[in-house]
Formats: sequence, structure tokens, C-alpha cells
Amino acid sequence: MPVVDLATVSIRDLNRALHNLPENTNETGWTICNPGGRHSIAAGVDAPIDIEIDGHVGYYCAGMNKHAEITINGNAGVGLAENMMSGIVRVKGDASQAAGATGQGGLLVIEGNASARCGISMKGIEIVVKGSIGPMSAFMAQAGSLVVLGDAGEALGDSIYEARLFVRGEVKSLGSDCEEKVIGDEERTILSGLLGRAGIDVSVDGFRLYGSARRLYHFHIDNAY
Amino acid sequence: MSESLLSTPRTPPRFSATFDPYTISQIHRAAATGIYDIRGGGAKRAVPHFDDLLFLGASMSRYPLEGYREKCGTDVILGNRFASKPIKLKTPVTIAGMSFGALSGPAKEALGRGASAVGTSTTTGDGGMTPEERGHSQTLVYQYLPSRYGMNPDDLRRADAIEVVVGQGAKPGGGGMLLGQKISARVAGMRCLPEGIDQRSACRHPDWTGPDDLEIKIGELREITDWEKPIYVKIGGSRPYYDTALAAKAGADVVVVDGMQGGTAATQEVFIENVGIPTLACIHQAAQALQDLGLHRKVQLIVSGGIRTGADVAKALALGADAVAIGTAALIALGDNDPLLEEEYRKLGTTAGAYDDWQEGRDPAGITTQDPELAARLDPVKAGHRLANYLSVLTLEAQAIARACGKSHVHNLEPEDLVALTIEAAAMARVPLAGTDWIPGVPGRGL
Repeated sequence: MPVVDLATVSIRDLNRALHNLPENTNETGWTICNPGGRHSIAAGVDAPIDIEIDGHVGYYCAGMNKHAEITINGNAGVGLAENMMSGIVRVKGDASQAAGATGQGGLLVIEGNASARCGISMKGIEIVVKGSIGPMSAFMAQAGSLVVLGDAGEALGDSIYEARLFVRGEVKSLGSDCEEKVIGDEERTILSGLLGRAGIDVSVDGFRLYGSARRLYHFHIDNAY
Repeated sequence: MSESLLSTPRTPPRFSATFDPYTISQIHRAAATGIYDIRGGGAKRAVPHFDDLLFLGASMSRYPLEGYREKCGTDVILGNRFASKPIKLKTPVTIAGMSFGALSGPAKEALGRGASAVGTSTTTGDGGMTPEERGHSQTLVYQYLPSRYGMNPDDLRRADAIEVVVGQGAKPGGGGMLLGQKISARVAGMRCLPEGIDQRSACRHPDWTGPDDLEIKIGELREITDWEKPIYVKIGGSRPYYDTALAAKAGADVVVVDGMQGGTAATQEVFIENVGIPTLACIHQAAQALQDLGLHRKVQLIVSGGIRTGADVAKALALGADAVAIGTAALIALGDNDPLLEEEYRKLGTTAGAYDDWQEGRDPAGITTQDPELAARLDPVKAGHRLANYLSVLTLEAQAIARACGKSHVHNLEPEDLVALTIEAAAMARVPLAGTDWIPGVPGRGL
């Protein structure tokens, strides 16, 4: 299985090799070492392969990922798995701002904490954060689920659309048009499934659900607060 | 009334210059509704524009080209700074970004047909790429907007270029808007939004802030597309010198500068008329920024906002642009604001030539609507043909002027070919006031 040492191979050569994989490739297990915080590692992969990155990555690792299962044994910079379409991205450490931003599908698991704007404009991605998330997370979140085992910072879910936000810890404040919802059987099933896929063995009890109050969906003078 | 009163000279009713009838109607409308006015289009107020410039033409010291036969090139290459597959266009007049959602499917198809017929590009908008649009556009620029509606790597790779939209001239600092009347099931599905809501999209990109981040973002887009696609950065006209310089420094292949006359599908009237600067005020500053970086003609400059004629095209090029983009004019060429539809415009409370309620989705021309019956009125083949004709005329007109100035290519036009009719235009465009050597604000070019 290929091992790519980014101390000697350029990001361009790495991504070119990943993009050029033929369908039904036998090279399904890749290891990337010495990432050194470089940007755009494994961006735009479109293949059902496993990629393990040993170390810290910079901005936009796994950007727009399709099908691949990417594991980062370290921390991740801004925009981890931004606009992911499918597949699984897992970071063993912490993630910087805008993790999972605009993601349209797939599963993003952050085993540490995530900084500000986690899940911003998410469009169907599922995000599970074992730790806490920073302010303005799930801003304008359109669809999908964000699960947080720790706390959430200020203005959670500001201007949210139809995404579901599950938080087990404290929420510092809710953003405009975000409100607590009753967790029904459907949501409990979704939450349980996400925790299971993330490999986290905790009860769904104790989570609270937040979503859109739908007061900003239409222009009205009373919304000008 | 007594005879003496009737015979007394009287002044006619006098309207206030400050509280003029339109302003009064705005106040009445605001008081009645409690919500700001929303409309489409760009700034309607009179601002210094290309009409305030004139070409000098050839004379004793300049040698003109024969007007109908001698070669005058119009081709342009966009994106050859870093992209391995730059765009090659036959005319420097391109079609600006307008979304499916803001426009009907037939309108988008017509734009693609018309642009392709004359060898130029068209551009997606805030809503993703439709198969029809891709299919009918020989060269398609894919916009990368703050909302990221419909964004996906497959369309990114299907595109011929990528345009990172930082702002637009109608509303620098503002995000997109599409009212519920136009959020049909298909539009909602493409944007991952509930059907029928009033969509107000983000004004900032979600995963980068500032030019240093933009450089990394551009790097990611290049990686995903294997460094093939030209990457444009579009800015709304506000601080064109610094914004152009920063976009170029961030790695843009092409910078698009959109002045305040540039249109929008829907935005607050107060925003359109009061934020941003005229197109004429943008071009010199943007070109100067590239010259100061040694990147003029290496990073191409596209100018948009109020381009109507081949003269406007030629003037923009003379001031330093490599190409222009048209939006509102393209819609008019398709059939927007056609006097033949006057009766229907009157039913909507407006008149042909003034219709700008593009946000309502009731466009009788079938262009700015998602109503299937209205949209079906627009024949994309005929409308595309009209657009192709119009684009051809713009190109021919620009060539005619270039030849008169002795230029064998429209890109050889230069500021030296221009003079201004007003002090304001002279100052903005940095060309002399006609009949003088005076360029306001330029040391050593005094009266």
C-alpha cells in the first residue's frame, strides 16, 4: 500500500496521484507521513479508499471529499473536510475554525475540540464532536446533524435552517432564530445512529436538541430585531 | 373666486428638491409596509459613466485603420497566469454571473446559446450549475460564492473557470437574496433550502477570512481541479485599488471588478443606490493596482457594471480592462423590458423600461421568473439568437472605434485615446478634460 512522505513529495504530486486512481484500484490503503501542517492535503479525493495521515494538517484537509475514509492522527487546521460530499473524515486531535463548513454529506468525527464556526452552512453533513465547539457554530446550517458531547460557544445555530444540533454540555448562547426543540423518537434514533457510527458509547439521554424557530424564513417587520 | 384673484399671477406648485415626489413616495411606501423596498437591477441614479468620456480618434499625429477591411483583433485569453487550461474567447464581452433561480431555465439556456454562438463565456450564479446551462455553454465560469449553494467537486471540474465571488457592484458587503416566490421545488432542492422561503444568503465566505486565507483557498481549488482552471476573483466596486492588489496577491488569474451600476436579482433599494462606487471610478484604480504589481495583462482585468454599447466596451478596454462582462444588457437583449409587453407591465404597476421588480417572479418576458407558464414564454433559441446579435454588435462597435484610433487590436486602446467631458469623469478615469491637458488629481497635469 502506498506510503507518501510529504517531506519529499509535494502536495501537488500527492493529490494528482489520488485524483488519478482508476476505478476499482487495488491501492486502497494510503499512508501520508510528515504532513507538517501543509494545506489542502487529500483535497478533492473521489475514490473509496482509506487514507491515514500521521501528523498535523493545515487548511482544507479532505476538502470536498467523496467516498474516501480519511483519518488524521493529529490536529487539523481551518476548513477540515469543507464541502465534503460523502465518506468519513476523522481527526484524532482538535480541529480549527469552520470544520465541516458547507458539507453536503458524509460523516466528520472530531475526537478533540472544534473551534469557531464548526458546521457553518452545513448542507447535509453529519458532524460528531467529542469535545466542545467554539462560537458561531452551525451558522446558517441548512441540513444534517451536529452532535457535540461537550459545550457549545456563543450564538449556536444563528440563522439556522433545517439542521439538527444535539448538545450534551452547556450552550453559552443561542443565535438568532435558534431554539431548543423536543427530542422525539426520530431524533433519538438519528442521534443514536450517529454516535454509533462515530464509535462513541454514550447514552442519548442528556442531549438537548436545537433547531430553527423558522421566524426568519420570511421577511416581516417584526423580524428586524 | 373673485375675478381679481383669478387674474393675479400665481406660481405653479413647486416640488422640493430634497423631498421630491419620488422621495415622498418612498416615505409613504415605508410607512405603509414597515419593510425596506427590494428590487432588481443596479444603481439608477445618474453617476459619472462611460458617456462622460470621448475617444479622440486619429488625426495628424495618429494613423487610422481602414474601417471595414483592415484587421482589428478582438480575441482575449483569460487565466494564463497559473492555469494550465486558460480560456480563449473570440470577443472580450462576456456574460456575468446570474443564477438559475434568479433567472428562469430558458433564460439561462438562452444566455449559454447566445454566448456560445459568438465564442464567449457565460457564468453560473448563486445556486449552482444546471445541466442545461452546462450543456448550452461552450465556455462556462462556475461561481464560488459565500452560500456555496449546489457547490460540488464534479461541477467544479466540469467548469471551464472558477470565479470566487467576494462581492458584487450592486451590493458590496451584501449577500444574495432570492424571495420565496422564486424558491421553487427545483431551486430549493439545488440550494438545500426549504421551498418558498425568502432566501438571504451569507455575505462572507464560511471558511476563509481575508486575503491571506483566500490565497490558501485558491490553492485548494487549484488542487481539487489539478491546476487546470483559471481562477477569477470578483469584487464589488468599493476599494478597487487595494481589493484588486490583494486578489492578485492571493493568486487570482483574473480579477473581476463590478461597479455600482451592475445588477442584482434582488436587493434593498437603499443598498443598491448608496453602497459602492461607479464603474468608471473603478477601472483606473484596478488597472493601476495591477501595473504597480507588474501584473497588468498578466492577471487579466474584467470590468462590469453598466456596459451597454461597443463604445462602453472600448472605453473600458482603453482604461486598462482586458474584457468586460454584461448582465442587465444581456437580459434586455433577451427581451427584458420590451415595449411590446407594455400592457402587462402596466398591470404590474410599472412600464416598459422601468420594470425592476425582478424579485417578484412575475416577469412577463419569462426571464426573471420561476413560474413555469411565464418561463415558457421565452424561446431560448430565439432569445439566444438575439443575444448573439447584440454581442456581435458590441464587438463590431468596439472594433470600429479601435480602428478609428489606429489600433489593430481592441486591447491596443489606451487611456491616451480618451478625454473626459466633465471634471468628475476626468478625475475618476484619470484622462484629461476635453480640450485641456488637465487631469484632476494628477501632479503636473494642471491647467
